[in-house]
Amino acid sequence: MTEFKNTEISEFSGVWVFCEQRAGSLMPTDFELMSEGRKLADELGCELAGVLLGDDVDGIAKELGGYGADKVYVCNSPLLKHYTTDAYAKVFCDLVVEKKPEIVLIGATNIGRDLGPRCAARLHTGLTADCTHLDVNMEKYVEFLAANSTMDLSKQNLDMADRNLKMTRPAFGGHLMASIICPRFRPCMSTVRPGVMKRAEFDQAKADACVIEHPAFELSEADIHTEVVEVVKAAKQLVDLTGAEVVVAVGRGISKDVEKGLALAEELAALLGGVVGGSRAAIDAGWLTADHQVGQTGKTVHAKIYVALGISGAIQHMAGMQDSECIIAVNKNEGAPIFEAASYGICGDLFSVTPMLIEAIAATKAEKAAV
Amino acid sequence: MKIIVCVKQVPDTSGKVSVKADGTLDRASMATITNPDDLNAVEAALTLKDQNPEAKIIVITMGPAPAEGMLRELLAMGCDEAVLVSGREFGGSDTFATSQILAGAIAHIGLEDDDIILCGRQAIDGDTAQVGPQIAEKLNLPQVSYVSELQVEGKTITCRRALEDGYMTIKVSTPCLLTCIKELNEPRYMSVSGVMEAWNKPYTVFDFETLKDEPLIELDTIGLKGSPTNVYKSFTPPQKGGCTMMPGADKESCRQLVDTLAAKHII
Repeated sequence: MTEFKNTEISEFSGVWVFCEQRAGSLMPTDFELMSEGRKLADELGCELAGVLLGDDVDGIAKELGGYGADKVYVCNSPLLKHYTTDAYAKVFCDLVVEKKPEIVLIGATNIGRDLGPRCAARLHTGLTADCTHLDVNMEKYVEFLAANSTMDLSKQNLDMADRNLKMTRPAFGGHLMASIICPRFRPCMSTVRPGVMKRAEFDQAKADACVIEHPAFELSEADIHTEVVEVVKAAKQLVDLTGAEVVVAVGRGISKDVEKGLALAEELAALLGGVVGGSRAAIDAGWLTADHQVGQTGKTVHAKIYVALGISGAIQHMAGMQDSECIIAVNKNEGAPIFEAASYGICGDLFSVTPMLIEAIAATKAEKAAV
Repeated sequence: MKIIVCVKQVPDTSGKVSVKADGTLDRASMATITNPDDLNAVEAALTLKDQNPEAKIIVITMGPAPAEGMLRELLAMGCDEAVLVSGREFGGSDTFATSQILAGAIAHIGLEDDDIILCGRQAIDGDTAQVGPQIAEKLNLPQVSYVSELQVEGKTITCRRALEDGYMTIKVSTPCLLTCIKELNEPRYMSVSGVMEAWNKPYTVFDFETLKDEPLIELDTIGLKGSPTNVYKSFTPPQKGGCTMMPGADKESCRQLVDTLAAKHII
C-alpha cells in the first residue's frame, strides 16, 4: 500500500457509494445512487463498490449488486449498529485512505449530510452538497447544459477531454444552478439528493455476481464520543412523497378555508391514487407536517401527475416538482409563476374548480370502468 | 461556560431574487437577513443563558464589514459579545475553507471544558449543511446535527436529533458542536433595552493578521486558493413554458382538461 496523498490524482480509482442502512434495512437512496454510480463507473471504466456499515448486515449487501455494485465492502460491528458520526467517519475514512476511490457518493439524508462533511474535512477534500445531476463525460455534460440551461454554449470554452466529476446542484433556493468541480484533491465527494437519480431495473444475475468483502478495520468504544440512547421511528405513517406517482399539493391559496382545502386535496389525491403534499407556506403555517413539504428544503418529487392547488410557484417550490411529467396548476392569479412550469393551467378559485375536477375525473373513471 | 454561536448573513431567497446577465446573483438588489436556522441557534444559546446567567454567549460570523449590522441585532437579542471574521484572504472560501477559518477563529477565542458551539443546520443561500460538522472535525469535537430538542445537565447534553422517519436521542459531553433546526425553538425579538446595550457590548474584528498564528490558518487552506471545490459553471434553468391554459374555470373547462388527460392516458 502506497502512502495516502490526496493530491496524487492518478492513484485514485473507482466509484464508491456509501450505503446507508437504518435498523438493518437499506435506504431507497442506496439503490438510486448505485444506479447512478454504475453509469459513472462505466464511463470511467472503473469498478463500482458499495460500503455498508452496520451490525450483521451481510444479508442485505447482495441486493446492491442488483443495481450495479461490482463489490460491496461490509464492516460489521455492534459499534456500527446505530449511526454515530464518530464510528462511521472513522471506519469510512480509514477505508478511503486504504483503497483510494476516485469518487464517493453519499445520499443527502439527515445521516449522509452529517457523515459527508465530517469525512471530507478529515480527508482534506471537496464535498458538494445535495447534488441533483452528475457527469464525468463532457459530451453528456454539454447535452445536459443544452437542455437545462439558458447558457449560450457556443460561447463557452469547454475542455472536452475533462474527466472531472461535474456536480450540479441548485443554489440560492433554486434560483441558480451551479456545477461544482473538485480538481485538485481526491476522492471527489458528493452528497446526492434523495429521489432525484433514477433507480435501475433490479438484475438478479448481477446481484448473484456481486462480491462481498470484509475489509479489516479498527474501532473501539473509545473512538465514539456520543451515546445513542434510543432510536425512535415516527409512530405516524409518514407520507412517501418521493416515491409517489401522483401528488396533489396545496399552498397559501387554501388559507380561506384550510380544512376544506385539505379535504378537497385529499379527495382528489385519493381519486388519482396519490398523496397530498404542500408548499413551504402550507408547512410553515402548520396546515401540514414537515414530511409533506415539496421544494428545495423539502422533498423532490418526480410525479406522473402533480396538481398544484393555490400554489403561486416560488422558485423554492418549483425546484422540488418541476421535473414531474404532467403539472396541473389551479390558481386565482393569472400571473402566478406556477403557470410557467405547468402543462395545464386553470385560472380560478380552487374551492370551486377542485370539486368540478373531481367530478369530471370520477365520471371519466366510471366511463372507463364501464367499457 | 461559553456558548459560541456561528451565524451567517444571507440574501433573502424567499423574496425577489434577481440574476444578472452573466448568471450570477445580483446581491446588491436583495435584502439580507440573518440565516433562519442560525436564529434558532442563537435562541438556543439565549435559553441556556436564561437558565444559567453565568454563561457567556459569543456570536461569530465570517463576512464583509456590513455583517456588523446583523451582529449588532444579535447583541440586541441578548448575546454578550460579537466577533466579525473579515479579510480579503478569506474571500471566495468554500465550505471546507470557511470551516477552517471559523475553526481557527474559535481556537483563537479558546475553548474550555464546558463550552458549547452552536450552528444553524444550513444557510438558505447554499443549503449545504456542511460548515457545522466541518468545524467540529477541525476542532476535533463531537457533533450532533439536526438538533430539535436539547437539555443541558452539567457537562452532559441530551439532544433529540431529527431523522426523516423519526429521531434519535443522543448524549454528548461538552465541549461539542450542535447544529440546530427550526423545530428547536421560536427565536425571540430584540428588546428595547437590548438595542440600547448592543452598541456598548464587546465587538471585535478578526482579520488575517489576528489569526495568522493559529495552526489552522494557512494560506493554502483558506480563501479561494484553499478551497478544494470550485464553481465550474453557474447558470439559470430555462423557463419551461408551453402551459395550456384552459379557457375558463367552469365545468366545461374542467371536463375538457380531464378529457385531454384521459386521451393522453395520463389518467
